[in-house]
Amino acid sequence: MKATSKLYRTEQRYAYLFIAAPVLGFLIFAMVPLIYSMYGAFTNWNGLGQMEFIGFENFINLFKDEYFYKSMYNTFFMMLGIPIGIVLALLLALALNRGIFGTNTFRVLYYIPVISSIAAVSILWQWAYNGDYGLVNQFLDLIGIEGPNWLQNTDTVKPALILMAVWKGLGYTMLLYLAALQSVPKTFYEAAKLDGANAFQAFWHITLPMVKPVTFFIIVTNIIGGAQIFTEINVMTPTGGPEYSSASVVFYIWQKAFGNFQLGYASAMALVLGLFIFIITLIQFKMNEKSSFELD
Amino acid sequence: MEVAVVEKEVKAEPMSEKKKNKITNIFVFVFLSFGAIFMVAPLLWMFSTSLKSKEDVFALPPVWIPKDISFAKYFEIWDMGPLLSGICNSLIVALSVTIVGTFTSSLAAFAFAKLRFNGKNKIFLMLFASVMIPYPVLMIPQFIMFSSIGWVDSLLPLIIPGLFGNLFMIFFLRQFLNSIPNSIIEAAKIDGCSYFQIFYKIIFPLIKPAVAAQLILWFMGIWNDYLGPILYLNSPEKQTLQLVIANFNASYAIQSDYPLIMAASVVALLPMLIVFIIFQKQIIESIAISGVKG
Repeated sequence: MKATSKLYRTEQRYAYLFIAAPVLGFLIFAMVPLIYSMYGAFTNWNGLGQMEFIGFENFINLFKDEYFYKSMYNTFFMMLGIPIGIVLALLLALALNRGIFGTNTFRVLYYIPVISSIAAVSILWQWAYNGDYGLVNQFLDLIGIEGPNWLQNTDTVKPALILMAVWKGLGYTMLLYLAALQSVPKTFYEAAKLDGANAFQAFWHITLPMVKPVTFFIIVTNIIGGAQIFTEINVMTPTGGPEYSSASVVFYIWQKAFGNFQLGYASAMALVLGLFIFIITLIQFKMNEKSSFELD
Repeated sequence: MEVAVVEKEVKAEPMSEKKKNKITNIFVFVFLSFGAIFMVAPLLWMFSTSLKSKEDVFALPPVWIPKDISFAKYFEIWDMGPLLSGICNSLIVALSVTIVGTFTSSLAAFAFAKLRFNGKNKIFLMLFASVMIPYPVLMIPQFIMFSSIGWVDSLLPLIIPGLFGNLFMIFFLRQFLNSIPNSIIEAAKIDGCSYFQIFYKIIFPLIKPAVAAQLILWFMGIWNDYLGPILYLNSPEKQTLQLVIANFNASYAIQSDYPLIMAASVVALLPMLIVFIIFQKQIIESIAISGVKG
């Protein structure tokens, strides 16, 4: 008994040594900043003078701040791309799952935008959305539509960003769906066929329920990612777009914190965003407990 | 007689279905091809623009293959901005983080999967919970922390946190290690291996393929990162490649030197594209399993 416990202690010592780095990293780069941020949100922190505790003032101001609402609205509006992307990606995955000629090539081609640098892609699309010479309007011109100056127009700047986001994210969602589709047992479809189900019924009653966990994962990760959209906005509309109509929450936080040094105010905003993301994540864990979390 | 009729029907049905399938496949192929064109066209246009002269860019209707293909811009870009130092900086950050971080991550994954210690599950859950904290919440205090020790405008704030490991990688490798039988480790222990020897002689070789794909994805993520660098790096010679091309865009769009901007963007994009095409099989497999997108 004593020998075992000594062995166990040695094992435990090594284990603590092996996990030391990520645990330390967690404490220094996540825990300390998180607490700091939570405290800072209740102060008039500006990076220079004393941090004075001001209670809920930042939060009260936040909910009176027109720009905050605007950036929130923009951020949510741009999430409209998520359902579009999901439907397209599922269609593509279904098409690729037939095992037709060139499947592998298609998979790679569709994935290229995902691995492309977001800065380079934003530069490219900014040029593509150019009102006079951009690729998008020249294409529209072919079918007789006169396109607007996409990024300079309050009505079109968000749809333009959505289109680009769908284009960039499609390959990733498609790949996740493809993996899910491939794990659906073929016997299910054979059984359905024997029962006289047509292709649509098989899709509706077998495929969709089987890919539901993946759909859920995709929705949640997309919302979390979408809530933090920044680079596209910063590169394509450096001032936040016409009448601030493309500024996202993170863009506004960034401006307030590193442009105006209203660190306390920006922290309050970041906390609101963090809380939103936390709730979304919690919903995922609750609704999909078995998905990826199995503790032994 | 009746038997023969039934047989005929049974034979006929799969035939027609095969044919139907073939026709559907042709439609699907056409649909996928159109989609693929839409996906790749913007990038091809980027490349095509980079080969044009400044005036050709504004030709109407657009020209996809310029008459005089010129690679001049690809020579010009190196003098027009700190592109070379941008590449070096990006490489320094991405290489140091992924190499050291992969080591610390796999070591921790080994401990979480195969070693026994008090509070294992609690610590693991706690670490994993921090994945939920979005970067915007942490970026302001982190910035103040790093600026108080004078690290702003250096690559250190981008490197140091990564050295402590990557939680997604730990999670993924731990799952992977769970499928490896404990008896291997027990046997090594009996043979007198130390825990560290078990790691680098047995565990690491086993998880190498899984590690490689995750490492590539992580490398891509760092290479393409923009928010971190824009917070910390001010002087042009300190900036990473992504910032350098964003500045190219900001400064040369006014002179409408689009070929120059596109050439710089192609340079920023190409390395990861090549890496992806070489390792596409492993990368795609790893993404499908882990959900990490790079």
